[in-house]
Amino acid sequence: MAYTIVEENCTGCCACEPECPNQAISEASNGLFVIDPAKCTECIGHHDEPQCVAVCPIDLTCIIDDNYPRYEAA
Amino acid sequence: MQTVQNHTGAESAGVNAAVNVEEIMQQVAEHKGCGTSGGSGKASCGSGAGENDLPPEIWEKVKNHPCYSEEAHHHYARMHVAVAPACNIQCNYCNRKYDCANESRPGVVSEKLSPEQAAKKVLAVASTIPQMTVLGIAGPGDPLANPEKTFKTFELIAKTAPDIKLCVSTNGLALPDHVEQLSKYNIDHVTITINMIDPEVGAKIYPWIYYKKKRYTGVEAAKILTDRQLQGLEMLTERGILSKINSVMIPGVNDHHLVEVNKAVKSRGAFLHNIMPLISAPEHGTVFGLTGQRGPTAQELKALQDSCEGEMNMMRHCRQCRADAVGLLGEDRSAEFTTDKIMEMEVNYDLDARKAYQAAVENERQAVVAAKQEELQTLAGAHSDIKMLIAVATKGGGKVNEHFGHATEFQIYELSTSGAKFVGHRRVDLYCQGGYGEEDALGTVIRAINDCHAVFVAKIGGCPKNDLKTAGIDPVDQYAGQFIEQSAIAYFREYLDKVTAGEIEHVVKGDAEIRQGALIAA
Repeated sequence: MAYTIVEENCTGCCACEPECPNQAISEASNGLFVIDPAKCTECIGHHDEPQCVAVCPIDLTCIIDDNYPRYEAA
Repeated sequence: MQTVQNHTGAESAGVNAAVNVEEIMQQVAEHKGCGTSGGSGKASCGSGAGENDLPPEIWEKVKNHPCYSEEAHHHYARMHVAVAPACNIQCNYCNRKYDCANESRPGVVSEKLSPEQAAKKVLAVASTIPQMTVLGIAGPGDPLANPEKTFKTFELIAKTAPDIKLCVSTNGLALPDHVEQLSKYNIDHVTITINMIDPEVGAKIYPWIYYKKKRYTGVEAAKILTDRQLQGLEMLTERGILSKINSVMIPGVNDHHLVEVNKAVKSRGAFLHNIMPLISAPEHGTVFGLTGQRGPTAQELKALQDSCEGEMNMMRHCRQCRADAVGLLGEDRSAEFTTDKIMEMEVNYDLDARKAYQAAVENERQAVVAAKQEELQTLAGAHSDIKMLIAVATKGGGKVNEHFGHATEFQIYELSTSGAKFVGHRRVDLYCQGGYGEEDALGTVIRAINDCHAVFVAKIGGCPKNDLKTAGIDPVDQYAGQFIEQSAIAYFREYLDKVTAGEIEHVVKGDAEIRQGALIAA
């Protein structure tokens, strides 16, 4: 699975972008942030918890996207 | 123009700071603040500390800084650039989802800027407002949680507008990691928001912090935060960087505790303590707003500030500005400088013109001080326990020069035989909209200055005049265009004479309401 950012909740504060160990997060044209599911590893192998979730100031903004299978560390 | 010279040569100022650190900090430590109870006869202290109250090195650093010197805030302007939107802690008095052009309170911002846009904005504003001497980065978010953007902005501005002082306002969590860099960029003022030193209290204010790649909650989070804040403060003091401490007064949560906070920050070399009232209107959507946590009344706030004053300098003129505020404190001009407008503006940054304008400001300022000193002589030898508050409508320059109906805030002075001391300000909604008095608006004005015996204005209509009298507030327009403190002392002297002669009886006034996040009326 990958994490995704709920657009209605994102304030565009950019706290998540520098914390992502995979550079999966980038700023969209509307000033809000998006996660590239192909790059997201759920922080497995890097940190105890997904960094976007840990740093995001708004609850339920960075959530699991069920459309993707769970990431498995190589 | 000593200050301008100091800051055109960033390197030489840096060297100066390094050499004088010990001396300066010792002087800071020795300067206990004069307070109201000491009977020293000084008219005012704390944020109102003037040239004769402070060691010269410190006075030189703060004299043109509107947020550090009460006197300077009448004459000099500052601006904030919103380049730091990310935050590493969550506070129960903050709502990150909220944005409003008409709301004035910390964290609120109309648009975020890149460092390059911010540098352009600073030049545009400095060209338009020559008395703009200070640039601060104060969020929304924490400047040091966005170190790259923050320091890039400082770097660009130091290159293009070298006479502007730079400062940051931080929650302190990341401060110890960046003190060296702050010192390198010649930042000589830092504001740290410290609301507690007891983690049990902190747990009620901060739901979580993000530290070393992990989210911490509760008492554990608050313990880390307070340790980092105090460590950061000590590191700033060691390097001779002046620190102002902001605290939010939250009744029932940290109100009594702030006396302990005051002692802790004072002992670590903090220069100024700014205790601000909690802003917690339900419509702001903060945790405290939603749980019905109330803010303090005017009397509660003043009592706490007074009780801390013997310990150190207290700041009373904070306007709890927006994170993108521009102009004099209390007179927000940010709407004139949106990115769209800046891009169209012709920028002509003329350092000499700025210096000349500031020299004129300096003359005006000296006149204010001289007038006050002269008037103060007339109170020499007078003894009375009477203290009273007055409200003043002013557009700046230290003068009574605003129409009652045009005032969006009143400055509050406490009068006693030791003089006129600035003790705060009260925001009000505009009473006069297009020349017509509105009954409701007058009610809010009276509630906001209900603890005052008089209101000094440049002009006032007949109707509000009568209503103010009914409410026991004397409307005074005889000092229109004159210096505030000089006028206030003269008024107080006459008042004392009348009391002595038995013409009037002195009555103690009641409490007043602090208006929360009132509109900045254009």
